Amino acid sequence: MSPQRASADRLARFAVSPARQRKDRLARVGVLTGTAIALVPLVLIVYYLLRKGLGAWSTSFFTTDPTGNTFFGSSSIGGIKSAILGTVEIVALASAIAVPIGIGVAVWLVEYGKNSWFANTVRFFVDVLTGVPSIVFGLFVYIVLVVGTGSTYAGYKGSIALSLLMLPVVIRSAEVILLLVPAALRESALALGAPRWRVIFSIVLPTALPGMVTGVLLAVARAAGETAPLLFTAAATLKTNFNLGGFMNSLPVQIYKDVTSPTTAVVNRAWGAALTLVVMILLLNLIARLIARRSRLA
Amino acid sequence: MEAASIPRGDRGLLSRSPLARLPDRALKYGLTALAGLILALIVYFFVRLVGEARPAFAKEGVPSFVFGNDWNVGAEHFGALPLLVGTLITSALALLIGVPVAVAAAVYATELCPLRLRAPLTMLVELLAAVPSVVYGLWGIFFLAPKLQGAEQWLADRLSFIPFIGGGLVTIPNYFITGLVLAIMILPIVSAISREVMATVPADQKEAALGLGATRWEMIRLAVLPYCRSGIVGGAMLGLGRAIGETIAVTILIGDAPRLGHHLFAQGYSLAAAIANEFGEAQGLHRSALFAAGLVLFVLTLLVNGVARLLVMRAARGTRSGSAGEEPGGDVTLLADAAAGA
Repeated sequence: MSPQRASADRLARFAVSPARQRKDRLARVGVLTGTAIALVPLVLIVYYLLRKGLGAWSTSFFTTDPTGNTFFGSSSIGGIKSAILGTVEIVALASAIAVPIGIGVAVWLVEYGKNSWFANTVRFFVDVLTGVPSIVFGLFVYIVLVVGTGSTYAGYKGSIALSLLMLPVVIRSAEVILLLVPAALRESALALGAPRWRVIFSIVLPTALPGMVTGVLLAVARAAGETAPLLFTAAATLKTNFNLGGFMNSLPVQIYKDVTSPTTAVVNRAWGAALTLVVMILLLNLIARLIARRSRLA
Repeated sequence: MEAASIPRGDRGLLSRSPLARLPDRALKYGLTALAGLILALIVYFFVRLVGEARPAFAKEGVPSFVFGNDWNVGAEHFGALPLLVGTLITSALALLIGVPVAVAAAVYATELCPLRLRAPLTMLVELLAAVPSVVYGLWGIFFLAPKLQGAEQWLADRLSFIPFIGGGLVTIPNYFITGLVLAIMILPIVSAISREVMATVPADQKEAALGLGATRWEMIRLAVLPYCRSGIVGGAMLGLGRAIGETIAVTILIGDAPRLGHHLFAQGYSLAAAIANEFGEAQGLHRSALFAAGLVLFVLTLLVNGVARLLVMRAARGTRSGSAGEEPGGDVTLLADAAAGA
């Protein structure tokens, strides 16, 4: 027996046995199948949404208010103008509330609170907020602003419910980004004699800006798709309304109302509205990702 | 002019005038107040919710409100068991179906996938998080549920020997289809967290396993999965929290029948669905009962999320002690939250 042959035999003892090879292959196939299964719903949703949604889209779909009339076919039910504008208005106000407060709290956590017990308590409670179901926020705003003031639904009340929902996302994503701002930058500014507030406003915030914008846009995208908190705060209505103090329609609520309709044309309007909403949210996500890629941090 | 620029009195050469220090103080105390406000808000929230729920609890008693099997609006009798059971069944189903698929996708993306495909694959799974709840409901009730009804009936017939699962007539809205859609909805967050946790497994540990002659699967099973077990469980719990609190998709898909379904393929109700469905017309005691249901839901998600955060934090801390200089604990979940929460 040649020496090469002998060493090959010895090596063969270490080779992976067929049983283990089979197991490995089986597991790989299993994992691959799982991944494929994860992608199936996405494909189905996108396909169906495009097929049904594009069919409902037309110019008048975007330029008319829903009429509330559901008995005379697609020509008389109207479009979703008030819902689109309502969503934009409600979400814009919600962002105007949640973003300054959220970034303020994040700055406090990173620059002042650090690891004090108070800061950790705030962090814990913000995490609690993250887990609260969106409908419970709706209930809260209902208790405080509808029962509490003895008045009725209004667009701005929906905005407040959504801002509560956005707050934890904004705070925690901004905190992560602010932590990434190099300590050396802060220290150089302080060493040059800048007061703390100038360091925050001229050094820390501008450096963290692109990253924070990403977090904010993701929070906005999340809020835009929420239905539950709007049900008993902003209500549903037909007419376009630019007054946030009145009832206000929104895309998710409009879809929810239309789903339960027995009329096919109304359900088709729900598909069109759903596609509109998904396109809006995807655009926000896309912009968020592009900005994140540009960011020098993270 | 020379004299004017030299500070006098007891102030040092380098210290700022009290006036110049004012904005600094204002900012510090202002921001602290803001942070305190958040705490106050949550406490206030909880107190008000308990206050509004009290009449219902007072009438039924807390245990018989939570575990009473009778949700009868007409008779003003409120036992939330059918709601609670609906919430728990559908969320459990979502975990059962969603977690293995999510973990498989995470394993594939981090360990087996060609590098070029990793980013697109991750992005595709995360796209699922961008679809709003109401759209899942719409898609589920008009596409998935009718398409699967036949298959569900077949399954129900085969499983008819198991009580509470099989047998009976399959309706289009039911517990099973709700759980299935919830599984799709929690996929992105569970997958994102699993992926983040798997990415923290030290490369030398994996290489050591391969160097000892492990096949790829053995490496995953022996070096990767045990290392991130608590992180994955934590991610699953966060998914569970989402599933429990999910409202609109469930309201559309579960059938909104205020009683216990007799089997898995029957219509039912959930806590969140009851609130969304009935709150608009509710008055008096009924409204209070819905607030009480909201409180039960709130406490339930609080418990689940608390356990989840603890597990994920422990997983992240375990990593940190392994390799120094990593980013602070918890951040793994935060980034994943921000990514999947959209």
